[in-house]
Amino acid sequence: MDRGRRKALKSGGGLTLATLLAAAGWLPPGRAQAEGWNKSAFEAHSLGESVKALGGSDPVQSKDIEFFQTPEIAENGAVVPVGVTSRIPKTESIAILIEKNPNMLAAVFDIPPGTEPALSTRVKMAQTSNVYALVKADGRYYVAAKEIKVTLGGCGG
Amino acid sequence: MAIGEPMKIRAALAGDQTEVKVLMNHEMETGQRKDAQGQTIPAWFIQSVMATWNGKAVLSAQWGTAIAKNPFLSFKFKGGAKGDKILIHWVDSRGDQRTDEAVIA
Repeated sequence: MDRGRRKALKSGGGLTLATLLAAAGWLPPGRAQAEGWNKSAFEAHSLGESVKALGGSDPVQSKDIEFFQTPEIAENGAVVPVGVTSRIPKTESIAILIEKNPNMLAAVFDIPPGTEPALSTRVKMAQTSNVYALVKADGRYYVAAKEIKVTLGGCGG
Repeated sequence: MAIGEPMKIRAALAGDQTEVKVLMNHEMETGQRKDAQGQTIPAWFIQSVMATWNGKAVLSAQWGTAIAKNPFLSFKFKGGAKGDKILIHWVDSRGDQRTDEAVIA
């Protein structure tokens, strides 16, 4: 779809130089694309597929990855706090995957040097499931799992 | 185009680190739900998030539909001083985007 053109059409009579330039592709359009969004990783249905789509293989179990502020039992699957911290040196990224969700991968965080390899967010869980924390460190992949029991699922209608 | 309500961003010094907490406003529609007529509600969710401090990336993320509605994010980075600016920027699956900023307290 030609978003630039649509935007220019939407703005109706008020065509400014900027919208004309944007329509011609000379200026970044007001609407952006999520650059580099890894579609195949987010559509993967197994841990192996996800890791492969992220560019790795065969993650090693690690005790240096820990969950924090993450419940054993979540009453509401629509809002489940998950925190992951990695003590593995040179941690470059942390991903959160939920085994029994329709698509496993929930998030991938890139950790630049200077940023603590620890972060927390809130996820949706369709049902009781293993949650995986996948860490990329110095080019290698490591994984830890935690089961979260869900009493009310958070993905259905 | 900036859409929706502003994010709530809190950035505070904690020792030699800056702790950032962000609450975004977004439906994070999964594409799994159906409306009253039985029609699938199309997926609509934040796909990428970027946090910068003084123009330097301190965290970037790609998200799928499993991040909860009105997403929460918390992280820490080394450095930062009172008064420095933190910018959070997201782009969603419709190509809409939003940037908000906060000052480190």
